[in-house]
Amino acid sequence: MTPASDTNADKSNSTTDVTAPDPLDETRQQRLAIREGLAVGLATAAYGVSFGALSVGAGLDIWQTSFISIVMFSGGSQFAFIGVLAAGGVGAGPAAIASAALLGVRNGIYGMRTGPIVGTGLWKRLAAGWITIDESTAVALAQPTPRSRRMGFWVTGLAVFIGWNITTFLGALIGDALGDTRAYGLDAAAAAAFVGLLWPRLKRMQAVAVAVAAMVVAAMLTPVLMPGLPVLVAALVAVVVGLFNWLGAPTERDPASAGPRPSRPRGRFMGRRESRS
Amino acid sequence: MTLWQLVIAASIAVLALKLAGYLVPPALLHRPTPARIADLLTVALLAALIAVQTLGSGQALVLDARIPAVIVAAGLFAIKTPFIVVVIVAALVAAGLRAIT
Repeated sequence: MTPASDTNADKSNSTTDVTAPDPLDETRQQRLAIREGLAVGLATAAYGVSFGALSVGAGLDIWQTSFISIVMFSGGSQFAFIGVLAAGGVGAGPAAIASAALLGVRNGIYGMRTGPIVGTGLWKRLAAGWITIDESTAVALAQPTPRSRRMGFWVTGLAVFIGWNITTFLGALIGDALGDTRAYGLDAAAAAAFVGLLWPRLKRMQAVAVAVAAMVVAAMLTPVLMPGLPVLVAALVAVVVGLFNWLGAPTERDPASAGPRPSRPRGRFMGRRESRS
Repeated sequence: MTLWQLVIAASIAVLALKLAGYLVPPALLHRPTPARIADLLTVALLAALIAVQTLGSGQALVLDARIPAVIVAAGLFAIKTPFIVVVIVAALVAAGLRAIT
């Protein structure tokens, strides 16, 4: 990794401790990064079961469910895709794709931050891109040194990828066996999962206001528009509020802090070094 | 489009967005407006999905066992309960209410 890219990674993450690492400390930092990554991988894998079961409940077969978990590999987008399909069927397909893609935009933003951490090389960056998600980015950026950041990124990304795909498959088998997923409350579980993904992002007034407005817009438009579209129209709330920065902090003060930060859905595993964000 | 075509198209779109992040110069991140919109976009979409997933039934709005389940879930997240526990409790609340009504 070049010194220039180190600077970049630090600059883009205002919460990182930038003091020079003690060489004796380096091994310990890497070990902590590995442990953190594995813990997050385990926690995420546990709810892959719910995705698998819900996906089958939404009408996908086991192979389609596994394909999504392998190729799409992004929890929010996956839940959104099957959520829209469950409500509107194949007719809501374009809206389902759009919802998944819009929720996937943030992974692209994460890639701009994790790129310098990962380093160069086509195949390495391709693999890194594939596993660039909330969890791998959050663990990577929470580490204090360049090497522990790189370690945290790969361990978390791979642990989540392996665990998520195994448990998704198991969940699909279970969902297939259960039959009526509503009787088991799996529709409520899906809503609760979205609450869990949203919760860590509600630290600022602006985000809370956008969330409430988007909920109202989506609920009010549900009887009027075809399934899938209410969610997409509600996304416009974010564009308008973001564009004019209503209820937001002044931009001059600290532009870097306005950037999207990975949420910490499993914040308890990362509380150790988490600073206010 | 068939279901398989939808699955493949959506999966490739999300993967392509991830890979695109590695092609864009990081300088774009330092411009506050695009970064802020992307951040809020995630919030708005997740919030809208909660509303639809909790109240929607096709194109109808329905008040049922999902509402208490989601309220319980929010309360549990507020006191930092692990994700998987909350998801399971939410399912149990909804399933329990449906079983007794």
